[in-house]
Amino acid sequence: MTPPETVPLLALRGFSKSFAGVNALDGVDFTLQSGEIHALLGENGAGKSTLIKTMTGVVARDAGTMQLDGVEIAPRSTGEATKAGIATVYQEVNLAPNLSVAQNLFLGRQPTRFGLVRESEMRRRARTLLAEFDLDIDVAVPLESYSVAIQHIVAIARAVDLSARVLILDEPTASLDAHEVTILFAVMRQLAARGIGIVFVTHFLDQVYAICDRITVLRNGRLAASAATAELPRMELVRMMLGRELREATAARPVSAPRESEPVAVFRGFGKAGYVEPFDLALRAGHVVGLAGLLGSGRTETARLVFGAERADSGSVTARGQQVTLHSPRQAMRLGFGYCPEERKTEGIVAELTVRENIVLALQARRGVLRPLSRREQDEIAGRLIRLLDIRPPDPERPIGLLSGGNQQKALLARWLATKPAILILDEPTRGIDVGAHAEIIQLIRALCAEGMALLVASSELEEIVTYADEIVVLRDRAHVARLEGEAVSVPTILAVIAAEAAKAV
Amino acid sequence: MPRKAVSFVLPRLGMPQIVALIIIFAINSFLSPHFLELRVQDGRLFGSLVDVFNRGAPVALLALGMAPIIAMRGIDLSVGAVMAIAGAIAASLADSHALGFVLVCALGAGLMCGLWNGVLVALLGMQPIVATLILMVAGRGVAQLITEGRIVTFANTDLAWLGSGSLLGLPTPIVLTLAMLVLTLLVVRGSALGLLIEATGGNSRASALAGVGTRVITIAVYAWCGLCAALAGIVAAADIMGADANNAGLWLELDAILAVVIGGTSLLGGRFSLVLAVLGALIIQAMNTGILLSGFPPEMNLIVKAIVVLAVLLAQSPRLAGLGLLLRRRRP
Repeated sequence: MTPPETVPLLALRGFSKSFAGVNALDGVDFTLQSGEIHALLGENGAGKSTLIKTMTGVVARDAGTMQLDGVEIAPRSTGEATKAGIATVYQEVNLAPNLSVAQNLFLGRQPTRFGLVRESEMRRRARTLLAEFDLDIDVAVPLESYSVAIQHIVAIARAVDLSARVLILDEPTASLDAHEVTILFAVMRQLAARGIGIVFVTHFLDQVYAICDRITVLRNGRLAASAATAELPRMELVRMMLGRELREATAARPVSAPRESEPVAVFRGFGKAGYVEPFDLALRAGHVVGLAGLLGSGRTETARLVFGAERADSGSVTARGQQVTLHSPRQAMRLGFGYCPEERKTEGIVAELTVRENIVLALQARRGVLRPLSRREQDEIAGRLIRLLDIRPPDPERPIGLLSGGNQQKALLARWLATKPAILILDEPTRGIDVGAHAEIIQLIRALCAEGMALLVASSELEEIVTYADEIVVLRDRAHVARLEGEAVSVPTILAVIAAEAAKAV
Repeated sequence: MPRKAVSFVLPRLGMPQIVALIIIFAINSFLSPHFLELRVQDGRLFGSLVDVFNRGAPVALLALGMAPIIAMRGIDLSVGAVMAIAGAIAASLADSHALGFVLVCALGAGLMCGLWNGVLVALLGMQPIVATLILMVAGRGVAQLITEGRIVTFANTDLAWLGSGSLLGLPTPIVLTLAMLVLTLLVVRGSALGLLIEATGGNSRASALAGVGTRVITIAVYAWCGLCAALAGIVAAADIMGADANNAGLWLELDAILAVVIGGTSLLGGRFSLVLAVLGALIIQAMNTGILLSGFPPEMNLIVKAIVVLAVLLAQSPRLAGLGLLLRRRRP
């Protein structure tokens, strides 16, 4: 669409990067025009952050060319990228909170006389610089005394003053309230009017439609779409972010368990202020409840509340017909809950311990310190589950950190299966694992369900979740907004709910 | 059952420590030809080698308490001060009370100190280095209050026996240390504590989500360390038949940490070995003895010790192999 004679401000062609054989970026093109606000969208693991890191030289790209104003550049560090004119402002402001605003603005390039910093000159220049952003604040006080929004604007001011032509904003609005967002948007518009190209990474679709000229969507390291905002309807955008190609997978759905079965656990008005809005949820034996929604919609948060990993501040829980408290994972575990978290490395495995030790950990924790599982019992449990789940290599004495992602995930499932749970909560059970293990884990979910376990599965893989879920809770903006059952459990319905809610919020 | 006992006592990766100890013994016997000589006198074993084990007992006892703490990513700087407190209590009560009562009071004080540390770390969420620094400083003051600022001496021979007597032909401190080693092994490896400590140290968030009661375990581990430190303090006081609140156990917390680290436990937590921690304490003591035997000026002591410690740590470092490769590659 761009007339061929105009040279784009920034043009990336065929960017590729793989980590340990996994393609994080696969031949991605990206074009940014001068004065354009360009949304970069995608779910977790889509390649957004890898694209930004390769653009700014944080990681070296494997292939691809990059032109700024038609001139080939290849920054090897953020410093070089900044010099070339590409600056990045991260969600967590990358400035020194304990230094003053003026010191932050001129860090590393303070005006000096005889080798001494000229504080007053620096403050004067800081005030002038911030005045361009209609920001009149005391520049001598520490940056941390200001709101996150102002910290962001200071970071942006610093980046722009470092002669930035391209400004990358990585989720700047994640921790801002509505008023602060409008302030930030005013600054962005002003910068765009000055001809600066802005790459805007966000998860808030409303904001994309409010301010962006163009949208680029990444999925699984590939370019899914790039179009002017006006030409990409919201529904289409959600589909691009979530779905590869929409297959009608509903045919493979198993028959639902009878609805009348007594719930194993019932949550009423369960929630936590600022975390997940109060919700009702019933978990039944042999019944899979899926949690679907965009990134940050409250899937993981719901799972953590249900397991007691985060303490709810409202609502009640009934388990096996009795009112219970659910304040810690230990309590949840005693009630027969199990939880495989999304962050396998930081919250799941204990990397240096063996597969056997990782598998018996939860069972041992439940039995307590004084009732140790003998080595023979441990060997028997680990061996049985390694065979059952086909964990490879089948060596119980290997440190779990050396296993592949899929096998680590299976070992974590084994950890909870060893406790014979009544309710199993799985958060993104198939994230970051290869296709083979993927299918095995889905089969396993079906088998567990058939054996009468109650499952709660949070997943961003919609095609996958509709094949095993009996009921789907759709989340948006940290609230449960719809409950789909029976025929309604399908990818198009879920997408419609997500997009419809998004439209209503505008 | 006996087979199982052997399997958990055997060090997993003990070679660097064992080799280091043998080398130091060899150097010592080169410096002093009589170093390895043992003789029996009055039904008791004597010799420089026995001396190394005997003198190393307090640090070995401290290391037994310190190893599980370090495995949980903690640290206890207060053990030296706890030694002083326990020693002061034992010395003050020794001539007026029965031995049993004296021991219960001294050990109980150590247990309370450990509980205090554990509560600060586990319940109040203080950083271990800061939490235990409080008792490191205050504890010595408490010990001075108990002794009223004097060096308290006692004549109770029963208590003195714990420091300078002998049992089964060995000096009592050695027997006590071995007994504590076996007891700690039974408690830690005989129960599920060892696994839960290593899991928590390796990944505390994952362990908490797996239902491990990390708080209770943290408190228990600090309490145990306090108990070990108190025993070390009693042995030290019994040995000199007196308590010096200013100097008892001074800087020994550093030797204890060093012993654990030499024993292969990472300060980042995770796997730990009690046997190797005791071996680490012996390595430190063997070096001290070796430097005395060599006739080097005592000022050299700390420098030589630092060099040997560096060597042992480098020998354990997985990076060293990589460094060697790098150097080889640099050469044309």
